[in-house]
Amino acid sequence: MALKGAEIIKRLPKTNCKECGYPTCFAFAMKLATGGAKLEDCPYLPPEVRAELEAAMAPPIKLVTIGTGDNALVIGEEEVMFRHEKSFFHETGIAILISDKESESDIEERIKGIKELHLERIGQKLKINLLALFFESGEKAKFEALVKKAHETTNFALILISEDTDVLFSGASLCADRKPLVYPITKENVSSAIPKLKELGTPAGVKGESIEEIVSLTSNLKDTGVEEIVLDPGSKNIREAVRDQTLIRRAALKKGFRPLGYPTISFPCFMYHDRFKEALAAATLTTKYAGIVVVSQVDKHFLSPLLVHRFNIYSDPRRPMTVEEKVYEISNPNEYSPILITTNYALDFFIVSGAIEEANIPAYLCIKDTGGIGVMAAWTSGKFNGEAIADFFKKYGVGDKVKHRKLIIPGVAKKLKGELEEELPDWEIIFGPLEASDIPRFLSEEWKQ
Amino acid sequence: MVKYEPPLEKYSVNIREAIVGEGEKAIKIGGENTFPFHFFEGSLPNPPGLALEILDIQPENWAQWVLEPFQDVTFDPVRWAEKCVEVFGAEILCLRLLSTDPMGRDTSPREAARITKKLADSIDVPLIVWGTGTEEKDSQVLIEVARVCSGKNLLLGPVLKGNYGQIAKAALEYGHALVAQASMDVNLTKELNIALCKFFPAERIVIDTTASALGYGLEYTFSIIESIKQFALMDRDTMMQMPILADFGGDCWRTKEAKESKEQGIFWEAITGLTFLLAGANLLILRHPDALRLIKEMIS
Ligand code: B12
Ligand code: SF4
Repeated sequence: MALKGAEIIKRLPKTNCKECGYPTCFAFAMKLATGGAKLEDCPYLPPEVRAELEAAMAPPIKLVTIGTGDNALVIGEEEVMFRHEKSFFHETGIAILISDKESESDIEERIKGIKELHLERIGQKLKINLLALFFESGEKAKFEALVKKAHETTNFALILISEDTDVLFSGASLCADRKPLVYPITKENVSSAIPKLKELGTPAGVKGESIEEIVSLTSNLKDTGVEEIVLDPGSKNIREAVRDQTLIRRAALKKGFRPLGYPTISFPCFMYHDRFKEALAAATLTTKYAGIVVVSQVDKHFLSPLLVHRFNIYSDPRRPMTVEEKVYEISNPNEYSPILITTNYALDFFIVSGAIEEANIPAYLCIKDTGGIGVMAAWTSGKFNGEAIADFFKKYGVGDKVKHRKLIIPGVAKKLKGELEEELPDWEIIFGPLEASDIPRFLSEEWKQ
Repeated sequence: MVKYEPPLEKYSVNIREAIVGEGEKAIKIGGENTFPFHFFEGSLPNPPGLALEILDIQPENWAQWVLEPFQDVTFDPVRWAEKCVEVFGAEILCLRLLSTDPMGRDTSPREAARITKKLADSIDVPLIVWGTGTEEKDSQVLIEVARVCSGKNLLLGPVLKGNYGQIAKAALEYGHALVAQASMDVNLTKELNIALCKFFPAERIVIDTTASALGYGLEYTFSIIESIKQFALMDRDTMMQMPILADFGGDCWRTKEAKESKEQGIFWEAITGLTFLLAGANLLILRHPDALRLIKEMIS
């Protein structure tokens, strides 16, 4: 919200008629400023005032949607430069480049690879968002065939890339119902592109050689009613990318500069030809503000680190990810099954429970509430020490669940063993491995009951 | 049409410049008056330091991919160090005195200092010397190292709330720099720096927030480093203006993902490192030489 309550009140009728549900116009203005009320709740706003307020109160970075339905990518409406100031909200979309120059079987192989990539973290699916279809063959028919294939055989949101505007829009008309991003709209083709963009209703990927060039392009587009825009400042390496992305976001957020108030797209796939560097550029751009990054590789070892990285950067720093405190039963344990313990930091829960499932040995997993803090930090601050765990055992009657008296604790918690031996004297305290990923091996070798 | 003026920001302070090592190959870190990579609005006179680590004992449980490059030298820290410099082009090294762990081999401070001296004498690049994070033992070990390696301007760490006093006195007397470690807390970082600066020069302090790996806490470290940089530059907090170190190679190579494949391991470490540079780290301690090479090429 760019407007303060004091600014808004000046434009309201000031009759205090209460029809909006607030006692005074002033109260309504204050609520509007913090996003708690809607302009349409006041029936007495002249349309021109309403339009003016709407424009002034719009988020400084426009929300843009590419694609439709469950697979639509929504980017923009970011509010901060540093994630710790609030949070980053709309995850960077990861797009995979597919060239129409590749053979049909290569293309199919690629699409298959992308579809098969399933990655989960903390109970959430991490996924690739878009296919970026690249006209490189010089043959319109090939590009159209590629667009058709992507449209018919996948649900991904699409980006169409072609320097040839005719080819670009004939491709776009084949998949307009999918709301693809058409790219690049440049100073050379903008006037011919505008009517087609409006006709198809697709978002525009604007490319300039500099930020100045982008500013004149977006102003032009906006004047003609094209508002869903994604910006590419044409950065050629990560140094330029950090510069361009920072200036664009800063202009929008700190200066309220509307012509740059849009999400961005960036192309690590064209910046670097070495796959390692391409990944590093993609990670840099995910960290530094890109709305979409386009990469060329589809294999798991390349994409998993990028997906996990995005997950980290876009996690909400205001809320630690936690799970409920209790004794979880994994794969129907019985009274001879092992008992393990960890914290309610969601990451701990998911890696440890995942490892137990992988071990294929039914078990009880005790999850102690530590406020979402992991093993060692929670131990230091007293939330996961001998006393706290002994209390947990009492509260949940852990001893009644089994006939043995063996408790497996995280291998990293060196001093916890002694503490627990004191607090739970009838229990044998066993160090598990240092890493949750070694739990399957550990359980199958060490758990004999 | 509205005119675009690049919204540049100038900060009227500099991150302190710290020097590690002596002579021609000494390196400088910090010194910038802007955020990382912001060459367009400020000056960043020194590229980040990229250190490779060496253990004083044979590594245990290292993923095979990261052991591979050093397999022929791990039995001798000196040979290991030489390989890092000569073959992998490291411009700074970090020696971890793991043998001194009181819960492990519990080597004496004298023995640890002897090895350190020998290693430091055999290389011409700067050296970071790292204890085990055990306050009492580290204090004895690092003081002895400081004395024996007098004048080498080592970077000694980690110095903690419970042992900074004596180590800092020795560092002052024998001419070394310090890593002040306060885990994951901006206020504790500041408190420790204030305590140290009562008698130790601020420009010989490097901050360690403790770090973590991609997928295993990276977001916390990232934001702590980023907020320290913000306090330093925007709020001009002189007790936050020390350069920052990030030490995460071990955490990265312990992950399931890094153990799964060599390539993924290198991605894991390199992405983690570059992300911390973007947050504002000035010195990284890395484990795999390919991660070092990649980061170096990306930032040059
Ligand atoms: C991120 C982090 C934080 C985050 C917490 C994030 C979170 N949700 O936990 C924040 C910023 C909040 C934080 C705060 C603190 N931290 Co902190 N933090 C870290 C850091 C950098 C990474 C920890 C992490 O997330 N690891 C990843 C998780 C998944 O690891 P994990 O929980 O141990 O789980 C692994 C294994 O233990 C195993 N496992 C887990 N459960 C189980 C169960 C069984 C049965 C088995 C077999 C295995 C197993 O599987 C996992 C992966 O393999 C570490 C340093 C480091 N690199 O370890 C310091 C660290 C843990 N923190 C530390 C400290 C001191 C603190 C504070 C007390 C500092 C302070 N005084 O303010 C506070 C306390 C916070 C509080 N309110 O309680 C110290 C702990 C020192 C020690 N006791 O050894 C560390 C080790 C740093 C250091 N070297 O000094 N911290
Ligand atoms: S409905 Fe409009 S005029 Fe009436 S009190 Fe609310 S803001 Fe004022």
